[in-house]
Amino acid sequence: MATLGELARLIRSKNAGPFELTFDIMFADREVYERVKQSGVLSREAVARRYGLPADKVKFFECDNALAFKASIPRPVFQGDVNDSDGHGGQQYVPLMEIEVPGQ
Amino acid sequence: MSENKGLEVRVVSASGVCGSGFKEESLEEAIGRKPHFIGCDGGSTDPGPYPLGAGITSFPRVSIKRDLRLMILAARKAGIPLLIGSAGTAGGMPHVAAVKEVVEEIAAEENLKFPMAVITAEQDKDYLKKRLREGRIKPLDPAPDFDEAVIDRSSRIVGMMGEEPFMKALDNGAEVVIAGRASDCAIFAGIPIRQGIPAGVAWHAAKILECGAASVEQRKSPDCIMATCGSDNFVVEPLDPDLRCTPQSIAAHSLYENADPYRLVESNGTIDLTKSDYEALDNRRVIVRGSDFIPAKTYTVKLEGSEKVGYQSVIIGSIRDPFIIRQIDDWVERLNERVHARVAEVYGGAISADDYIFNVRIYGKNGTMGPLEPVKEVTSHELCLLFEVTAADQETASAIAAVTRHQALHLPIPEWSGLITGVACPYNPSYLERGAVYRFCVNHVVEPDDPYEMFPIDYVNVH
Repeated sequence: MATLGELARLIRSKNAGPFELTFDIMFADREVYERVKQSGVLSREAVARRYGLPADKVKFFECDNALAFKASIPRPVFQGDVNDSDGHGGQQYVPLMEIEVPGQ
Repeated sequence: MSENKGLEVRVVSASGVCGSGFKEESLEEAIGRKPHFIGCDGGSTDPGPYPLGAGITSFPRVSIKRDLRLMILAARKAGIPLLIGSAGTAGGMPHVAAVKEVVEEIAAEENLKFPMAVITAEQDKDYLKKRLREGRIKPLDPAPDFDEAVIDRSSRIVGMMGEEPFMKALDNGAEVVIAGRASDCAIFAGIPIRQGIPAGVAWHAAKILECGAASVEQRKSPDCIMATCGSDNFVVEPLDPDLRCTPQSIAAHSLYENADPYRLVESNGTIDLTKSDYEALDNRRVIVRGSDFIPAKTYTVKLEGSEKVGYQSVIIGSIRDPFIIRQIDDWVERLNERVHARVAEVYGGAISADDYIFNVRIYGKNGTMGPLEPVKEVTSHELCLLFEVTAADQETASAIAAVTRHQALHLPIPEWSGLITGVACPYNPSYLERGAVYRFCVNHVVEPDDPYEMFPIDYVNVH
């Protein structure tokens, strides 16, 4: 067992425009990327669960040539609006770090 | 395709954002490769709704001037066009005017003469209302409600131009183009397509170019990047010899700040990267093949708008008392009630709870993630609180902030009897005036009659 935070080269979040948040989970080598992909622990549903959303609100992509997974969700508060807490959306990825990946 | 063998269009992007910087030597290196033009994106929504609403630039004028001076000198010396899109961060009237003024200042200082086009992107409110009534303004997903009242309330709405207005400006003799809000990619795609580069190649190259050297393996600081577009591929190369592009770094770049990594929507079609193939030419250059561009049935122009929410005053405070920390949610709720009650008392009903926004952020609990925070238990030995008041004017916001300070300081808790002082305030006066605050008010597209009607061009002989 290892967490995504331990296995990924970079996990990041960012605005995709003022109305969406996007997450990139990127790996340094194909073997680790494939291990995560085959395990199925990272999916549209897994992201939805981590952010308390219905699965149909999550866009999810497996990007084989970039050795990366990508997910996008609607922002809970639009960028810069009065109750927004993270104008660039840069610190919203932590719940993904803790996802556990089986195998070694 | 065979007649296009040997076709090559070399494009330099000076930086990811005009004003964020690049190495002077990198631009010199680029000019040595005889590029057909220099492009640079000048804006983004990343700095938030304030620059658009307030009409100010995100990067300081002095840093925009530094970057522009080097770009103008390089382009004039090489005799090639310089295209700047989304001038001055948000690409509205005041932003374009500010950048135009900087260009004219540089020309005067450097004794340069050139024909310039200034393309504006700020939208007339009556035009938008007309298109809205015609059903030719349509929401993207997700989108805030948008009606004539929003148009009236908005401080500024800009349209995001495609490549066509840039090409029209060049056709009419401009050698420097300063454009208002523009698609980042449109700055770079028009000229290669005009020269015969396939749209899929040109638009994907443009997507890599618009962020400057952000697509390198280990980004150190903003810098120039170059793409060489051919009849069925493009090659990306950083100009700083210490930087490298790899197939993975280029493929991964299409992820950045996009909701969908394979399909990027532009005014006149969609860049389709599902079949893109990335191969290393050597240890720092990458060749990209297989990218496609699917023309749109209907031409659309994306709108960006900002409206003033009000004026804000904030208090920063902290709590160390474990009795208060363990009941923090309840404490905030009681504070909320007391502030509203005291405001009603002070203003005698002239200002009610609907006339201002009172918000408390709790750092140490969910200050960063708000409703997305999965950790519910507070384990910190201290909390930082940010009390925010947003009202119709600054005086009211500060008055309510002052009321908040007093109510928060002495809010009783059952564990202590007697007068307590439960919040530590680092600043005196305790509140900070933040001025006007804005929000994005539109995420829609317009269907114009043609790509030009929303983007008037003014031609200026700079001397």
